[in-house]
Amino acid sequence: MTKIAITSEGPLLDDALDPRFGRAAGFILVDSQTLDFKYLDNGASQAMAQGAGIQAAENISRAGAKVLLTGYVGPKAFMALQAVGIKVAQNLENITVRQAVERYNAGQVEWAQAPNREGHGR
Amino acid sequence: MKVAIASGKGGTGKTTVSAALSSVWNRTVIAMDLDVEEPNLHLFLKPQIFGREKAYIEVPVADESKCTYCRACAELCQFKAISVLSNVLLIFTEMCHGCGGCLAICPEKALSPGQRELGEIVWGQAGSAGFLMGRSRVGEAMSPPLMREVKKKLQVMLEGSAADVIIDAPPGVSCPAVNAVMDADVIALVTEPTPFGLYDLQLAYEAFLPLGKPMGIVINRAGLGEDKVYDFCRSRDLPIWAEIPYDRQIAVAYSNSQIIAAVSAQHKALFTDLADKINQAGVIAGAVCHA
Repeated sequence: MTKIAITSEGPLLDDALDPRFGRAAGFILVDSQTLDFKYLDNGASQAMAQGAGIQAAENISRAGAKVLLTGYVGPKAFMALQAVGIKVAQNLENITVRQAVERYNAGQVEWAQAPNREGHGR
Repeated sequence: MKVAIASGKGGTGKTTVSAALSSVWNRTVIAMDLDVEEPNLHLFLKPQIFGREKAYIEVPVADESKCTYCRACAELCQFKAISVLSNVLLIFTEMCHGCGGCLAICPEKALSPGQRELGEIVWGQAGSAGFLMGRSRVGEAMSPPLMREVKKKLQVMLEGSAADVIIDAPPGVSCPAVNAVMDADVIALVTEPTPFGLYDLQLAYEAFLPLGKPMGIVINRAGLGEDKVYDFCRSRDLPIWAEIPYDRQIAVAYSNSQIIAAVSAQHKALFTDLADKINQAGVIAGAVCHA
């Protein structure tokens, strides 16, 4: 099994994948085999002036995620995710969390080598 | 006495007014450009440069062999400039505000002070006026740290000289603008009689009002647009200290980087009058005016 973090607009597998990483509404942490999952709220990121992506990387790392499925990742968050060895698949949008997991299980996600968003801390 | 030339909206004429005021000021004065992200007062004052130096902010440098990943620094930092992920320590130097908290709190002494370049400080003389400015390094995200270093240099320049200070402030109403006006005795807000000018003037007025400093208005491009700026000033008892006409001669002088007080005797009188109004406001507020 692999523990996957997916950025999510809500607490359930059939909620929409949130394309934002640092400022996602929350994260669904799901076991890729059993589909057991739990929801990690990320609402506090809205109050952060900067560093939301780094904070999000810390949070999903601490929750034990080894894989991240999301839409857009900025440079600092990407660096943090790489530093702890979390694999990143980005450019996902307009699908549900469940569909994202299915794509992962079907081997249909591409692993990102670089961030796909400009940083905001400038 | 220190007077800040500020505005909400950019491009209203802060630098035009700052340059003209410093050219007609009748006491010793230092013109200080605190719009460090895009300083341009020097283009009009054309100062002789006496010196320049780099300015820095203190940032942490890690000796990771001493780090136990206790997270004390990461939890203290409000800006996520230092982050601990399981057993990796990451420092995002460009996000550091230089508070020094992480260095103080680290129980293993794994962090030591390093530097990030903020930009440069330039000083000199323009006619009878002293000149001082900051210029941010390209890529630097924060301007208040450099502004603080420029203000330290100002203190050195003011030692043993009884000079007034004219501050060319950055536009806006956030940290840089507030940092530029907070030490002033008087604030002159430059605006224009347009909906944009009015909207941003209202923001600037509200942002600076809690500072409790006397404020007055300079209306640039007077004759253009509409009367609502005047209505606003009246409703808030904001004195209109000067009206600079919407005038081709001024536009021509500006585009040739000339000080507009030098265009004609009439233009000069406009700014000597403005200087008088600012001084009167300063005296009423109890600012130290050097004879």
